[in-house]
Amino acid sequence: MPIQYYIFLALALFSIGIIGVLTRRNAIIVFMCIELMLNSVNLLLVAFSKMHHAEALTAVADTTIGIDAQLFVFFIMVVAAAEVAVGLAIIVMMFRNTHSVDVHFLNRLKN
Amino acid sequence: MNAIIVSAVFGVLMMFASFLVNNKNVYRYLAIIGLSVLLLANILETYAIWSIKFDSFLQLSFERFGLFFNSIAIAATLFYVLLSGKDIVRVGNYSAEYFVLIFFILCGVSLITSYNSLLMLFLGIEIISIPLYILTGSDKKNLKSNEAALKYFLMGAFSTGLMLMGIALSYGAVGNFGLEGRGVVAFGGSMRVSFLEVAGLLLLFISMSFKASAAPFHFWTPDVYEGAPSVFTSFMATIVKATVFIGMIKLLEARTGIFGPTWQIILPLMIVLTLAIGNITAVFQQSVKRMLAYSSIAQAGFMLFALWSANDMGREGILLYSVAYTLATVGIFAVLVKMKDYTFDGFNGLAAKQPLVAASVAVFVLSLAGIPLTAGFFAKYFMLASAIKSGAGVWLLVVAVVFAAVSVYYYFRLIQAMYFKEGEAEMFEQPTNSFKGMLAIFAVLLIVLGIAPSLLFNYLYF
Repeated sequence: MPIQYYIFLALALFSIGIIGVLTRRNAIIVFMCIELMLNSVNLLLVAFSKMHHAEALTAVADTTIGIDAQLFVFFIMVVAAAEVAVGLAIIVMMFRNTHSVDVHFLNRLKN
Repeated sequence: MNAIIVSAVFGVLMMFASFLVNNKNVYRYLAIIGLSVLLLANILETYAIWSIKFDSFLQLSFERFGLFFNSIAIAATLFYVLLSGKDIVRVGNYSAEYFVLIFFILCGVSLITSYNSLLMLFLGIEIISIPLYILTGSDKKNLKSNEAALKYFLMGAFSTGLMLMGIALSYGAVGNFGLEGRGVVAFGGSMRVSFLEVAGLLLLFISMSFKASAAPFHFWTPDVYEGAPSVFTSFMATIVKATVFIGMIKLLEARTGIFGPTWQIILPLMIVLTLAIGNITAVFQQSVKRMLAYSSIAQAGFMLFALWSANDMGREGILLYSVAYTLATVGIFAVLVKMKDYTFDGFNGLAAKQPLVAASVAVFVLSLAGIPLTAGFFAKYFMLASAIKSGAGVWLLVVAVVFAAVSVYYYFRLIQAMYFKEGEAEMFEQPTNSFKGMLAIFAVLLIVLGIAPSLLFNYLYF
């Protein structure tokens, strides 16, 4: 498949994530949309990795070009897991104090 | 590489200390010792006397500028812990963990000052951000702190998403994650800059502006800075912010010219917007803490000049600016933490009760406003002069100077409250002599740097 398909798919997922972050009120769903953004990036990186690898193969028979993007994907997964740990803890802390996870509820700091 | 390894090791050591030792003062002394060792290790590496060396496979590159900024950041953290260590311990029940997180943040700082690949930039930014989310929410029973943490977390994670998309697009165009980014060039194989790379770097730049709170990506700043416990606000408004600017400078220098002539419109627009929003909104604040949050946006506007000029003078300027801004802001926050009332009126009559504290705060405020004979003046001077060197329009400088004049208004309200108004400035506790002494040292440092800024640059080159 041409690389454009992957780019458009990843961008579509990414945009869904952004729209979700900007419009949804539930903190957990906002968080899920952020995860969607990160995972669309993973998809894109793997697609680019394959593309660069295939391109490099036409010149040299045995090459590792393109591997780094797949390694990057693992780093993103690890960081996303760390973020989930902290983020869910923050959301739980919020829920304990307010019994709500609605982000529009967050207006005590205005004024 | 010393700073990265030693800071991580001390972070882990402090974690062990948290359950082996049950004395809050010990944590503080351990942190001070750890920071001193870290500073020493980094200085030894700067002068190539001793360093731990690993082959980082071109992921990291250590040069004088980054190492010197490490020293500044570590020294500033050391001063910060010396000054407000007791207040850090008091925030919640997990005193040692706050120091652990500060050590990990310093690890992230040293990654950002030495990255040579976008992977390391990403990891550095995340290693800084994730502990900061926790520190913001560390006052668990306080709703404001909770709210600030959630806001900061959602905004931060969102901007991480943007950053990753930027890195992915840039990788697609260039074929590697290198900072220089000129390896394989896909899409036709020519050496022209592809659309994907420009879009990617723009996203990367936007996400870093989020972290540096430059307008129009500043909106989370006042809420988060106000909601977070004051001791941690002072840390994230100073050292962390300056670090993000160092990261941005490295990125833009390596890929200079990538944005083409539009850059000459986008960045000045951002500078003017940041200065305007920061300064004008700060005028209307009644709370000193919120005023300082807006003033940190305004100061970010000045630091953006270093990105625009991208010359040696701009690099020197950003170092001086980080020192001047960090010392002054950490000092003011250290006093603010001790006040019962965070509004301007809460400072009424402080000079009569605590002359030395009030005098030091006055020096900090003068430095933030950029009055001559303080470090803040030369910091602003270097920023503007470097922009002129790179051919900035005069209108940009006029705007900057006008907004610096506006900032005098809200900074001087603090001096007015302390010296010219009657009142009972109430504090939680009487400041100890060592606290007063540290404040005085901060003030003296600011004045010394204001008379001879070259003292700082000598260490950069020699």
